Parts: sequence; C-alpha cells; structure tokens
Amino acid sequence: MSSPTNLAVQHTFTAYLEDRPGALSRVSALFLRRNYNIISLTVGRSGTPGVSRLTVVVEADAAQARLVEANLYKLVNVLRVEDVTYSPTISRELMFVKLRGPAHARDALELLCAAAQARIVDETPGATIVEVVGTQRDNELLIDKLGPFGVMEIVRTGVAAIKRGSQVLDPQPHFINATVPTSGEAA
Amino acid sequence: MAISYKTEPKETEAGAAAENTATVVRPDPVKRTGAQIVWEVLTQEGIDTVFGYPGGAILPVYDAMLDYKIRHVLVRHEQGASHMADGYARATGKVGVAIATSGPGATNLVTGIATAMLDSSPVVFITGQVPSALLGKDAFQETDIVGITMPITKHNYLVTRAQDIAKTIREAFYVARSGRPGPVLVDITKDAQQATIDYVPDYSPVTLPGYRPRLETPQREYAMAAELIKSAKRPVVLAGRGIIQSGAEHELRTYIEKTQTPAALTLHGLGCLPSQHPLNLGMMGMHGEAWVNTAIQEADLLLAFGMRFDDRVTGNLATYARDAKKIHIEIDPAEVHKNVRADVALIGDLREVLQRLLPVVGGKGHADWVDHINSLRGDSAVRDIKNLPDHGKLFAAHVIHDLHRITKGRAVVVTDVGQHQMWEAQYYHHDTSRSLITSGGLGTMGFALPAAIGARFGRPEAEIWVVAGDGGFQMTACELATCAQEGIKVNIAIINNGYLGMVRQWQEFFYKRRYAATPITSPDFVKLAEAHGLTGLRVEKRGELEGVVERARNTPGTVIIDFRVEQEDAVYPMVPAGADLQDMIRRPQAAPSPLAETGADE
Ligand SMILES: Cc1ncc(C[n+]2csc(CCOP(=O)(O)OP(=O)(O)O)c2C)c(N)n1
Ligand SMILES: [Mg+2]
Repeated sequence: MSSPTNLAVQHTFTAYLEDRPGALSRVSALFLRRNYNIISLTVGRSGTPGVSRLTVVVEADAAQARLVEANLYKLVNVLRVEDVTYSPTISRELMFVKLRGPAHARDALELLCAAAQARIVDETPGATIVEVVGTQRDNELLIDKLGPFGVMEIVRTGVAAIKRGSQVLDPQPHFINATVPTSGEAA
Repeated sequence: MAISYKTEPKETEAGAAAENTATVVRPDPVKRTGAQIVWEVLTQEGIDTVFGYPGGAILPVYDAMLDYKIRHVLVRHEQGASHMADGYARATGKVGVAIATSGPGATNLVTGIATAMLDSSPVVFITGQVPSALLGKDAFQETDIVGITMPITKHNYLVTRAQDIAKTIREAFYVARSGRPGPVLVDITKDAQQATIDYVPDYSPVTLPGYRPRLETPQREYAMAAELIKSAKRPVVLAGRGIIQSGAEHELRTYIEKTQTPAALTLHGLGCLPSQHPLNLGMMGMHGEAWVNTAIQEADLLLAFGMRFDDRVTGNLATYARDAKKIHIEIDPAEVHKNVRADVALIGDLREVLQRLLPVVGGKGHADWVDHINSLRGDSAVRDIKNLPDHGKLFAAHVIHDLHRITKGRAVVVTDVGQHQMWEAQYYHHDTSRSLITSGGLGTMGFALPAAIGARFGRPEAEIWVVAGDGGFQMTACELATCAQEGIKVNIAIINNGYLGMVRQWQEFFYKRRYAATPITSPDFVKLAEAHGLTGLRVEKRGELEGVVERARNTPGTVIIDFRVEQEDAVYPMVPAGADLQDMIRRPQAAPSPLAETGADE
C-alpha cells in the first residue's frame, strides 16, 4: 500500500494573511477543526503593509497536504498559499538556549558555538545564553551537544521559510494556480 | 499528474476603481446612525423579510427598524430565527437574514448557524454586541460570538465603528451567496449602532483580495474527463445539492439523456431531476434504494455532480465503488479527495462546468447497464404502495404516500430529522428543485417548523407541509405562536410514533432492543394547536387520512395533524453506519407488516 506520497512527512507552507483581528485564530482554528497535525506556525509582518507572512509546518501525506492548501485558501483573509516542501527552500528558526552558570568549560562552549554558527549573547553569574539560527534539525543536534553544559531553558520560534532563487510569492496575484493531486499521484 | 485550477483572471483592481470614480456620480452624504445603515444596506440587498428577537445590545437596530419597509418576524427562540432564515434561503436561493442580541441571543443562534454551514445555505446573521469599550470585560451579556462561530461560519466579522457597518454587511452578503454558499455572521457593537456618520450608499461590486469564489479548470482536465466518460461501460451520475445551488437541472438532464447515464440522487439532490425520469434511479446511501447502492458498487465510473461523498452516502470508504473511476465536479476544491479520491476533478460552478463538458461527450449509451439496473430494481424493494390493502393500521409510509398523492407532488415539504425524514425521502416523490427542505449535514431536530415558516415568507404561493416527528417537533414547537402572530399558513404533519423513532430503530438493530430514553410522551397536539388559536386534527386510521388532509388544506391558518402511526416500524433498507454499501439490512420478508416489499405490489 505505502508509496512515498502516502507517507506523512513534514510539509512546509508559506502564506500571506491579511493582518486583521482574528485572522490568525482562523488559521489555527482550521488546523484544529480539520484534525491536521501542526508542527509549527510562525507569523510576522511582510513587506506589504497590512499583510502578514506565515510559515506553517504540518505533518501530512500528499493528499492531506493539498487539502491543507485548499482549506487555507477557503479562509477569506488568506491571500496566498504555497506548499514549498519540494522546492529549494531556506527554512530557519531562531533558538535561544540558557545554560546554567558561567560556562565551566568556556573554551569548549566557544568551539561548539563557532562550529554551529551560534553566539553567546548573554553571560551573568547565573547563566549563559546561546543564540543560534538554524534548521530545526541543526538546532536539535545543537541542543544535544549543549546538554553537558547544563541546559536550563530552550526557546524556539518555529521555522520561517523562503524559496531560493529570484521567484517571489506575490501576496495579491491575479490568479492562483493551486493544485490538488490525482489519485495516481496520491495512491 | 496534478490537477490544477485557477481563479478567473480579473481586471486589475486599480483599473476597476478608476472606472468607478469616473462614471459613478457620488450622491451627497446623509446623516445616518449605524443602526439605520444596517437597514439601508439590507434594503439595498433586496431583503424583504428578516427573522429575529430583540435585546439590549441590538436595541438601536430595532428602534431604527420602524422607519424601514422590511418585514420583521418575531420568533419565540433565536434558534427559530436561524432556521427560518435558513429555510427562506433554501426555498428561494436568496440570502436569509436573522437578527439577535448579544450573549444568550447570539448563542441561541449557534445550532442554526451550524445547520446552515453543513448544508451550504446562504444566511447572514446580525448580532448586537456590548459597547466596544466593554469588550473583553465580561460585561453583561457579552459572549465572544465571533470566536464561538468561527468554525461554523463561512466567515464572520466584529464591527466596532459605524463607518464599517455598510462595507461589512455588503461583504457578508457577497461571501454568503457566492462560490459555495454559507452562513456569515456580523457582530456589531452597540456604540457602532448608535454613532451617527455621514453615509453614502455604495453600489460598487464587492471585491475581497483573498476571496476568489470563481474558480476555473484548465481545458486539459476536461479532455481527461471526456476520455474516462468515453471508455466507461457502467457509469452512474451522483447528483447532489450542487445541481440545485448552481441551477444546473437542465444541464444534468441534458447530460444523462445525451450519454444515457443513469443518475442516483443524494438526499439533498432530490427534486433536481423528476422522480419518474427513466434514468432517475432514486436516492442513494444509508436509506437509499438497494438497487441504487448496488449500481454504485458495480459501476466503473462515478460522476459526482455537486455532492461531497458524505459518510451517510458512501458507507465504508474502503469498499466504496472500488472498481469505479471518479470524476468529481465541485465548486469547493477542499472537497476533492477529502473522502473519496477523484481521478479527475473539475473545479468550478457546476452549471458552467457541465456546459463546457456537454459538447465533448456523447456516444451510444449503455443500454445493457441500464437494463441490468432495472432488473435489480424489479426484484427489489418496491415503494409504490398505492394498491396495498388497508389493514386498518396507519403506517408513516401511508401518510407520506397519500400526502404526495393528495398534493399532486407539488408541495414544498420541510422535514425534521428521524425516521419520518427518511420515509418522506422515500415516499414523497419530488419532481422540482427546492421542493424538499431538510437538515441533511447536521441532522438538526427541531429544524422543520421554523424552516417551514421561513419558506412560507420566501414562497408565498407554495403549499407548504411540515413533516416532523413527535420528538423533534417538541424542540421548536414554540414557533407555533409565531405562526399565530404572523397569521401564516403552514400545514404540519406530525408523524407521532411515541418514540424517538430513529434512535429506537438503532437500539432495535444494534443494542438488543434496549430502549434507553427513546419512549417519549407528547402533549395533546390537537389541544396544543388550539391553545395557540390554530387548528388541530387527528388521524388514527388510513381511511380518515384523505378527508382530514383535505380539511387541513382548506382551513385558513396553520393546521396541525397528529398522525398516530405504528409505533415500532423501521426504515428499510438500511446500511448500518460504516458498513459496506451493498450490505443493506432489508425489510424482513416474513414480517407482519403490510409494507413487505415484493415485486407484486406494483
Ligand atoms: C438536536 C438533535 N438531538 C438529537 C438528535 C439525535 N436523533 C436523531 S433522530 C432522533 C429521533 C427523532 O425522533 P422523532 O422526532 O420522534 O422522529 P422519528 O424518528 O420518530 O420519526 C434523535 C434523537 C438529533 N438528530 N438532533
Ligand atoms: Mg417519533
């Protein structure tokens, strides 16, 4: 039965949403109502005034992913949706890790940070804070490596994504070319 | 390969706006309160009747109402208003309007909003809200009705400023009626209703940047559909409510006649094709005809026209029409592949899609296949009971059958939910669109009487019959007082079996006849009618039926007929929930029931 597209994988959607009261609730309510398994949802201002940019990561098979897209489009405040899962994309999240006390092996921590392109952004007698921007996977690996330094608290924003290359996502397209799969593709 | 659809390329908004300002002479602004603007816009939208109930937070709107021509129907419970507006919409195809106050008034609408949502009915709900300065303070009668109704509306709004009222209500109407229709709620704070502004009516078309209801499918998908149609040997059209919503009755008929494809109907599709049309198989699904479900299971191509493969229609999805390719014609892309994977999806307005599809289909027909289905029909349940002997007992099927005969099949029938609803669907043969109004998706008991009142206002010329159970009727029976106050006529057939019959049937079949909480007593419905100043009649034997029905039809004002039917009858055939479609429970042949189904009844 199982072909690759039948498997649930992490799908990343980027979307533009009108910046109005309740608009974000509609998006998150949709995932609850349709029983979609949401991994992360990030939102911030876009380059267009009054328009927010979202990145949503959902665990879904190919058919469900298309339904996520179609259902997002049904929301009146959603301007544009794109499933970027299979496009060349840069996906990053910001993470802070608070470590216990002044780093006892300061050199080792600095080496680790340099290798992970992380920075020490705060040091007090009680704690050291490491900041990093990376993929979810990189950040998870870093958390493991930071374990011996005494992790007190982790803050992760969830990923934001952008497609590589010169193509941009237009918030107000004249038409959309959304897709739904054929059974051949999905079965 | 992916199926794609796109929105219609539309002219640039800047261009359209420039054109508007150039040609439209703007009238001088007039001073209006927010409350007055509500009625100005309703008038502009062509609304003649609204259904509602007043209260503190909506009082300014009610005060302003007296200066406008729109008729307001005072209900007895806001749920009644919601179903009335819905019934009005279903009977006419126009947008219905219901009004309520904040807090409990708004929450009482919720069942009706969900009912409209599940059946894609265009209704605009207007609620009062506490003054904007008190929002979030748990003020008296404050509820977050926008939050509550987010998952059960197509869209909703909170309006806190008078200058936003006109724009918002116009958008609400546009969203409610366009694309796949649905309910839209507009919650207006009291201070917005009270504020006075300079008002200029706006007649320009509504455009919403993120809302693109007109979707179009590229030609290549049509070619794929035509290919599947050409190679099919055992095709069946599944005709749903989309046909009625898009006005595609003629195109449906042309399609099935041109290609000689038999059509099975959903509950909501009933009426879109004359019941006696030779290619009309009848209703599919849980209580559909056995031959219809068998035909679907044997088909090699299903053409879903404006239907959404509801679980009451498919039974077990894993075994549903396994040999059939599927062409799904749908206005809502989110319905495609939701329950049943389609091989080709044609997204768009059904009527336009069929118009595009018709020129590329044709062929010699499928005479063997149609003959085969007719042979299934022959030795299967026969629902024509007109020649049955009178055993002295009154069955619900008799009532519906005779109602059909006496009204010549021309009534608008509004049903409640339960066994009587399924018997109505089986025995009242609907020949025209919008002649059956029923809560299919949500299955809301208490829907019938208020929805019929709404239909009454939308279709003043029609003969309107409520068919309700003794249980469900009691849920909204208070609206009898609305019938009396408004002086309107609806005929009410209560199929009184002393049980919450449909639930009792499930207990009989699946819970060893343990009748937990299903025996139900009722008031004397004749006296109940009389207590409202209305007419109440009773039928206990089939012999009395015709005379009493005629009397009801000829009596002015609302009439209740209390039909005392057999108490433990069951709706057959039946596909148990989640079972394979072909595994139907058939009426026991040895049963003492005079409705035992044999081919000889014809
Ligand atoms: C508001 C609501 N509550 C409960 C149900 C579950 N339910 C479905 S049918 C039914 C029995 C209906 O009884 P009645 O109105 O007497 O009609 P009958 O089945 O006897 O014809 C019930 C309780 C429902 N559909 N709606
Ligand atoms: Mg009953």
